[in-house]
Amino acid sequence: MAYPSDLKYTKEHEWIKVNGKNAAVGITNHAQEQLGDIVFVDLPKVGTEITAGKPFGSIESVKAVSDVYAPISGTVTEVNSELTSAPEKINQNAHSAWMVKIAIKNPAELNGLLSAADYEKFVAEEG
Amino acid sequence: MKHQTRKATRHVSQNEGLIFEKSSPGKSAWRLPPLDVPEVDTQKLLGAARRTDLGPMPEVSEIEIIRHFTRLSTWNYAIDLGMYPLGSCTMKYNPRVNEVVSRLDGLANAHPYQPEKISQGALRILKTLSECLVEITGMDAITLQPAAGAHGELTGLLMVRAHLHAKGDPRKKILIPDSAHGTNPATAATAGYAVENLKSNAQGMVDVAALAAQMNEEVAALMLTNPNTLGIFEQEIHKIADLMHAKGGLLYMDGANMNALVGKVRPGDFGVDLMHLNLHKTFSTPHGGGGPGSGPVAVKRFLEPFLPKPVVVSKADGTLGFDYNRPRSVGRVRAFYGNFGMFVRALAYIFANGPDGLRQTTEDAVLNANYVRKGLESAYDLPYPTPSMHEVVFSDKLQAKKGVRTMDIAKRLIDYGFHPYTTAFPLIVPGALMIEPTESEPKEELDLFVEAMRSIAEEVDEDPQMVLAAPYSTRVSRLDEVAAARNPVLRWKPKG
Amino acid sequence: MRYLPKSPADREAMLQAIGVRSIDDLFAPIPAEYRLERDLKVPRQMAETEIVDWFRERSRENGDGYAATFLGAGAYYHYRPVIIDSLISRGEFLTAYTPYQAEVSQGTLQAIFEFQTMISELAGMEVANASMYDGSTAATEAVMMAGRLSGRRSVVLARSLHPEYREVLSTYAAHQGMPLTTLPYTASGRIDLAALERAVTQETACVLLQSPNFFGTIEDVAAVAELAHKQGALLVVAIAEVVSLGILEPPRQADIVALEAQSFGVPLGFGGPYCGIIATRERYVRQMPGRLVGQTCDRNGKRGFVLTLATREQHIRREKATSNICTNQALMALMATIFMTIYGKEGLKELAKQNLAKAAYAAEQFGKHAKLLFQESPRFHEFVIQTSEDPHAINNRLLGHKIVGGLPLKKFYPELGNAALWCCTEMTSRTAIDTAVGFISESERGVRSAPEVDVEEVAP
Repeated sequence: MAYPSDLKYTKEHEWIKVNGKNAAVGITNHAQEQLGDIVFVDLPKVGTEITAGKPFGSIESVKAVSDVYAPISGTVTEVNSELTSAPEKINQNAHSAWMVKIAIKNPAELNGLLSAADYEKFVAEEG
Repeated sequence: MKHQTRKATRHVSQNEGLIFEKSSPGKSAWRLPPLDVPEVDTQKLLGAARRTDLGPMPEVSEIEIIRHFTRLSTWNYAIDLGMYPLGSCTMKYNPRVNEVVSRLDGLANAHPYQPEKISQGALRILKTLSECLVEITGMDAITLQPAAGAHGELTGLLMVRAHLHAKGDPRKKILIPDSAHGTNPATAATAGYAVENLKSNAQGMVDVAALAAQMNEEVAALMLTNPNTLGIFEQEIHKIADLMHAKGGLLYMDGANMNALVGKVRPGDFGVDLMHLNLHKTFSTPHGGGGPGSGPVAVKRFLEPFLPKPVVVSKADGTLGFDYNRPRSVGRVRAFYGNFGMFVRALAYIFANGPDGLRQTTEDAVLNANYVRKGLESAYDLPYPTPSMHEVVFSDKLQAKKGVRTMDIAKRLIDYGFHPYTTAFPLIVPGALMIEPTESEPKEELDLFVEAMRSIAEEVDEDPQMVLAAPYSTRVSRLDEVAAARNPVLRWKPKG
Repeated sequence: MRYLPKSPADREAMLQAIGVRSIDDLFAPIPAEYRLERDLKVPRQMAETEIVDWFRERSRENGDGYAATFLGAGAYYHYRPVIIDSLISRGEFLTAYTPYQAEVSQGTLQAIFEFQTMISELAGMEVANASMYDGSTAATEAVMMAGRLSGRRSVVLARSLHPEYREVLSTYAAHQGMPLTTLPYTASGRIDLAALERAVTQETACVLLQSPNFFGTIEDVAAVAELAHKQGALLVVAIAEVVSLGILEPPRQADIVALEAQSFGVPLGFGGPYCGIIATRERYVRQMPGRLVGQTCDRNGKRGFVLTLATREQHIRREKATSNICTNQALMALMATIFMTIYGKEGLKELAKQNLAKAAYAAEQFGKHAKLLFQESPRFHEFVIQTSEDPHAINNRLLGHKIVGGLPLKKFYPELGNAALWCCTEMTSRTAIDTAVGFISESERGVRSAPEVDVEEVAP
């Protein structure tokens, strides 16, 4: 699967899509493949401050739980409540199933993230 | 079925709905004797607290109840049917005399608050079992109160905490090897400790150098399972104990695998400060489909003041009683005195064995595991060739090449008439097959098991797709766990 | 050794197959200096007859043959229909493991699903788990759960909660950073609502009370719920006597209900094993500890059951799990399921009614001779009687007549003076009640004639 070039990625397998001062965050297709069938998504409340590199939510399959890390810092402005009742949307299309939207705190943090090509390479190397 | 199995053939499995689906008004399975006191006006006595409707509780007759639960029972595998090779679970024979003595009137109907004067029999059982377990573990004192292994772990860590506090040296961390049971880190968190992981070495044992580096004055205790979850005895156990003690930490032993040690070696003799036992593993009390367990915690003398209260004491007049006046105790971890019914069974097991029987039991458990290991090591990958004690851990590395994982092999094993082994644990072995036969298996059953496992390995080579869709012989095929977790249906509801 | 299925020849053949000379070779990994070179000092191997005799003797020393008991206080003597033991003694239930392998565990799984259904129905909740260790740990775990749900730490609890439940809670809470505030009961035996209103704040995670409470008094759950919810705190209700649910409105206003189901067919057994349970609302289920069975389908669309929502549990989430609990009390839960099935919709009601009637009669008779406390509140099948004489002394005389009297409360509630908690169930005969009343009456007449003894006042 091709990784959309308009997204930025992390080594913890999250993507972020920037839209002006705001951004949407989700997990990558590679991450959803590793997890298998997702059965539950735990999301933060609107207004929560999230910090780059720290977990802000978690995703559960039948027999595993994975933390989801914030690619950059910011304040949660919106959560995708659709995922609460239909977590399989992440399995179906990980790159459109955003988990939270945030107001970006420090745009400079975006510079530390991976491009689609870099991420694809990273995934290939990780095996 | 591709390969023929010698152990099992299919038998009739009767269909049976939920009990609610058999219910209809007017059927009943109860009758109370006539009331010998005046009837009461419930409305007057209870007012707004009175309940009028119990909802869709079943209404069925006695024969329907007998058939319902008997039919359900036939859908279960059980030790009584055959080998239960679950690693770390010690699924041994549950002697029937244990059940008989636990149902004796004076024991089964004893109220926990009945006067000590008429509780001497129960107190004697508590005391005798305590003495036996203290001797078996090589410790100095014990509490029988914890209701299960994990509950024992918590009780143990609370004692560690109380001891360190009393010394004015509260600490923050518990070290836990990466091969440990999940209860260990969960327990440490419940006891208010931070968890630090300890990596295993290439032999599957505690890396003593790593431990030396990680051990410091912040660490309250190391929780160690010995033999560990790979079935390997920690040969450097005394070094480990010395490292802990030199820096003021304690060595806690998870006694889940005590079936490898009873009568051969005592944890108290190799430096353990406190440990729990699982009476439902080592001492033959039945698992009952998931419980009750019982998790006594044995300790060295210096921890004795911190035991949960009450403790059993001999009184001046020669009778036994409970001592509640224990100012340094960690408190209570449950109501009353523990899972007494399990104490009766465990003690009956110890009596039936005696010192010679307990030792022979351990020897047979280790013999069985090594026999299975020998039989399977050419068919399955053995990630840690270190000698095995009472259990052996293989991996699905060879079979994974064909896309067949440990859970698939386990499910296929059902078709051969066996319960699966423990899958995917310990976590340090990817795709683990964890096998513990226990002493209860005759050579014939072990031969059938080895034959079944080898046959499955061949099937994986020849027809992996067939294995992936197993089991074929059960009344339900693989169940949709994803749907169960996405939209939990946790109770029956009447239609409409 | 009769439990070991191997002949010497088998052992020899197996050692040979393994490629070692003797069993000692297999124990070589244990350093020699730790090996036990002597017999364990435990009793010698006994024959089955000897084992049975030894335990029979203990049974005789343990109140076997007593005619009646008036003890309750969190452990209740009810009749156990005989089919409970005939069914749970089936090896397929008794000797099965935890039903992780669903295909070969449908029996246990379906029975637990039925258990969850019946318990949630009786408790007035939406879901119930597959059981916990006992009522005391269920109540404690329910409080921890309320802490996670509310994101708050402090706990307000009633002094009329079972004293041993309170002790267990304080053992756990001390290490969870959860401060406890214990509220008094009033002269009516119920929680002090005025004190409750003052105690509950925006910091309160939950209010914990028991109903019927330790004194047998039925609490005003609706009023307590309103005060708790007003401050955003959750309400946890402990139920130590599940038979009461046949005639008492369940605590529907509660957020979590912690139960002890011992009364449903589990033997008294000197205090355990029992059957704790947590029931709650569906939306809180992911913070609930303990095993859960869920319904699903197999590949052919056939109904089946599995352990589900396991990601809450210790074997997956490890130090972040909802609890360190691993086992449940499956066999006890099965006893309870069979018990509930036997009595069913009508029987549970009648059973509860008989318990109510026996206690109402006893309380009235006792009250004619000694002081019945907490009279103005409704109660189920327990009541507190205050005597002039120390209840231990009265009980000692009753013991001579093979009757075990009520539980003296001085140890737990010194402020109540010479009070004892008496319990009647369907097993308590009118004859036993009348005999006990006779002793109380004699005691009161005897002591009243001795002028130096004061009757203690009830503490508020």
